Amino acid sequence: MGGSGQMPVQVMQRGDVSRAIQRIAHEIVERNHDLGNVAIVGLQRGGVWIAEQLAAKIIAIDPTLSVSSGALDVSMYRDDLRIRPVVDGAITEISFDVTDMLVVLVDDVLFTGRTVRAALEGLNSFGRPRAVQLAVLVDRGHRELPIRPDFVGKNIPTHAHDEVLVSEDGVIVKAPQ
Amino acid sequence: MTIVIKGGSIVGATGVTNADVLIDGDRIVEVGQGLRGDESLDAQGCHVFPGFVDLHTHLREPGREEAETIETGSRAAALGGYTAVVAMPNTNPAQDSVAVVKFVRDQGVRAGLCDVFPSGCITVAREGKVLAPFADLTAVGVRVFTDDGNGVQDPALMRRALEYARTLGVTMAQHCEVQDLTRHAVMDECACSSDLGLPGWPAIAEEMMVSRDIELCRLTGGRLHVLHVSTRGSVELVRQAKRDGLPVTAEVTPHHLALDHELLRSFDPVYKVNPPLRSMEDVLALRQGLVDGTIDAIATDHAPHPPRDKELPLDQAPPGMLGLEYALGVVNSVVDVTPSRLAEVFSINPARIAQIGDRHGAGAVVGAPANLSVVDLAATWRAEDHRSASLSRNVPYRGRSLRGKVRHTILYGRAVVRDGEAMR
Amino acid sequence: MRHVRSISELGRDRILGLLNLADRMAEINSRPVPKVPALRGRTVVSLFYEDSTRTRLSFETAARRLSADTMNFSVSSSSVNKGESLRDTVETITDMGVDAFVVRHKSAGVPWQIAQWTTAAVINAGDGAHQHPTQALLDAYTITRSRNSQDLAGLRVAIVGDIRHSRVARSNVEAFTALGAEVLLVAPPTLLPPVVSHWPVEVVHDFDSVVDSVDVLYMLRLQAERMNQGLVPSLAEYSTHYGLTPRRVARMSVDAQVMHPGPMNRGVEMVVDPAEIRGSLIHRQVTNGVAVRMAVLFDSLAVEPDHSALREEAR
Repeated sequence: MGGSGQMPVQVMQRGDVSRAIQRIAHEIVERNHDLGNVAIVGLQRGGVWIAEQLAAKIIAIDPTLSVSSGALDVSMYRDDLRIRPVVDGAITEISFDVTDMLVVLVDDVLFTGRTVRAALEGLNSFGRPRAVQLAVLVDRGHRELPIRPDFVGKNIPTHAHDEVLVSEDGVIVKAPQ
Repeated sequence: MTIVIKGGSIVGATGVTNADVLIDGDRIVEVGQGLRGDESLDAQGCHVFPGFVDLHTHLREPGREEAETIETGSRAAALGGYTAVVAMPNTNPAQDSVAVVKFVRDQGVRAGLCDVFPSGCITVAREGKVLAPFADLTAVGVRVFTDDGNGVQDPALMRRALEYARTLGVTMAQHCEVQDLTRHAVMDECACSSDLGLPGWPAIAEEMMVSRDIELCRLTGGRLHVLHVSTRGSVELVRQAKRDGLPVTAEVTPHHLALDHELLRSFDPVYKVNPPLRSMEDVLALRQGLVDGTIDAIATDHAPHPPRDKELPLDQAPPGMLGLEYALGVVNSVVDVTPSRLAEVFSINPARIAQIGDRHGAGAVVGAPANLSVVDLAATWRAEDHRSASLSRNVPYRGRSLRGKVRHTILYGRAVVRDGEAMR
Repeated sequence: MRHVRSISELGRDRILGLLNLADRMAEINSRPVPKVPALRGRTVVSLFYEDSTRTRLSFETAARRLSADTMNFSVSSSSVNKGESLRDTVETITDMGVDAFVVRHKSAGVPWQIAQWTTAAVINAGDGAHQHPTQALLDAYTITRSRNSQDLAGLRVAIVGDIRHSRVARSNVEAFTALGAEVLLVAPPTLLPPVVSHWPVEVVHDFDSVVDSVDVLYMLRLQAERMNQGLVPSLAEYSTHYGLTPRRVARMSVDAQVMHPGPMNRGVEMVVDPAEIRGSLIHRQVTNGVAVRMAVLFDSLAVEPDHSALREEAR
């Protein structure tokens, strides 16, 4: 996939994306029988819209469940000192107590794993969850840390310098210019 | 042994002539074309001025030898084209006694780089309370008296001082500052000081004393010299005093002609000086005063301070700037004057005011003492490229282009500076 | 690495950026564990040549919440040797390793002088009567967030008191006007700077003529020694004409707010108990101080990302 000088490739269509999210919602419900206390937390910015859809779909699957949702900005937690510019609007909103909850972190793309590591640390400043699971729409490989997803929309092998763009309309892989 | 200055343009009060100058011993013996001597100093492209005379130099010795000594200050003076300096009396002990005056003069002779004429204090220890022994000091050659650093605050005391000045035929030089109006002042009182939250020195603190002393001069007939004029109001007061025919003279520093108070926004203590840098309007009025004759002389107010003193916070740092080596280059780059006028303000007038006209200020004239300064008026240079002979480094001209450099300085027939290098 | 020394050095865009950053910091402060590792491994040194427990603690708390290491040199303790020059102190600390100095000094200009002797960022916690930029930032933050607005456009703000000797006033005039407010200075002539005609403000000597028409009243502290310097005839007279009295509070408009940088001189500029003023923002000013200072430290010490780092956004 990808490769220098080649055209961008659309590897998931709009329908593929929504089906993947639906499937992940089912998997979350199946895996976690007593969903007494569950929170779906999207990582800013790419994971937030997916988390919102997941939360809605989980409730649609089982309306008796109470599902909390939130958003987490990890820019203060990156382990490399090159801190990317703080993006306006990419705020953290976790208005519930995470103690003893099952938290499902949600991101659009899993790559090196550093964002997730930062998110785990960020989550800690809100309390001690019972357990944390990870749902991603795309796993593009090239892990640099021992992080593995619990729920994956699609595995897409890429070159390290490719760009992966995700939206409701689909997933595109772009080679560098 | 004879020395010939070859190929230069001789500057006198009346004009400029191309000619060589022959020196024998400590005198000028011939001025003409194609002269020859045992030694030769190249003056091609240069002007031959009467040696400069600084009415206002702080040599710091005795008392603050870490900032400057009479030797290092004299060397800086020679490099700047000065063959004579009037040394300010705010030493420690102050120059308010014959003993200290003789010490300073002897140190100057020993250094042998320029003539050092100590000024005397107006009041003992410059405290402004008791008059100094004017007659004794005059007897040992002092002709200029000042409490510089301070102005004499008490008008009755200043009146007496000017009365003595008239009797003894000497000059009272005043640092005009009404201290009650300048408490804690760090810079000019202006929009800039308001922005920076710094206490300021309003122009009237100078002008009130200039005005007062002009009236006392009118009353007593004693000679008054106004040190480091810095405001347009002061220039106008001096102008009027001269129109009235009073024996008033005035000097201006190179820094007050070139720099203005906006520089203090950098908070760099190198720009802190008393009286402070003022507005561009004041600067322009000072330049005009120099051109039209209201201001008689350039005086450097060379005020060395060791680097650690100028690294203090702005309000704690002592005021003062170096000037001897830069005066000509600075003045010549900001004011458009003829070489003759330069000779007047750098040499002829200050020599007259200091009453040393028998030795300095005559220029390249047959029979006169050979005290000369050979200057390339077109040479451009930068202050930071010059290695100062001063022990201090508080030069406010970094980043500016100066125009006019001293090539040779001749003191009583000896080249104390040759090709821009001090010979001792 | 960027300095924060005066409001005019920051400019409107950077001010707005810092206020937005402060929102994030306020959110961090609201968490059960209000700490993030953003400045881990960085050292922030407080160099306080003037006593100020409140401001110094505010900065230290801010630094620690960002996981920076802190060191504190204050002149009241013996760690600042009075015989040691400012330059020696700064260079020694720089050699030991420091990323930012937070400096307070009674001499204006020290943050600019220090910057020549160190590679660390310099944060001005107050220099003489010149500037106190973090105070102005937290004041602007407090007003805008209390009104749910981004800037101060359309607001009339009166700064009342000893403008002449106030670094808070100078920073606030710059910050409030940069954010679009209409600023009035209310003071007797002796407590105004010698020249203010070039400041973008209106100058008023009669407090009562404007107290009912302003949106924010910013009261400055009057120091008792101003009376000894002959700048005011007496504290009582000052209080009568320029103090915030119950009568003036009653005349304030309904939505008007009151602010004070602290500490207060009760009975002088504040005759009424601030707890009894409905529009008082004074407590919020103190609270917001930490969030704003966290924003300042973060913004100053964050490495400027180059474009390859922006690509890491996707990781």
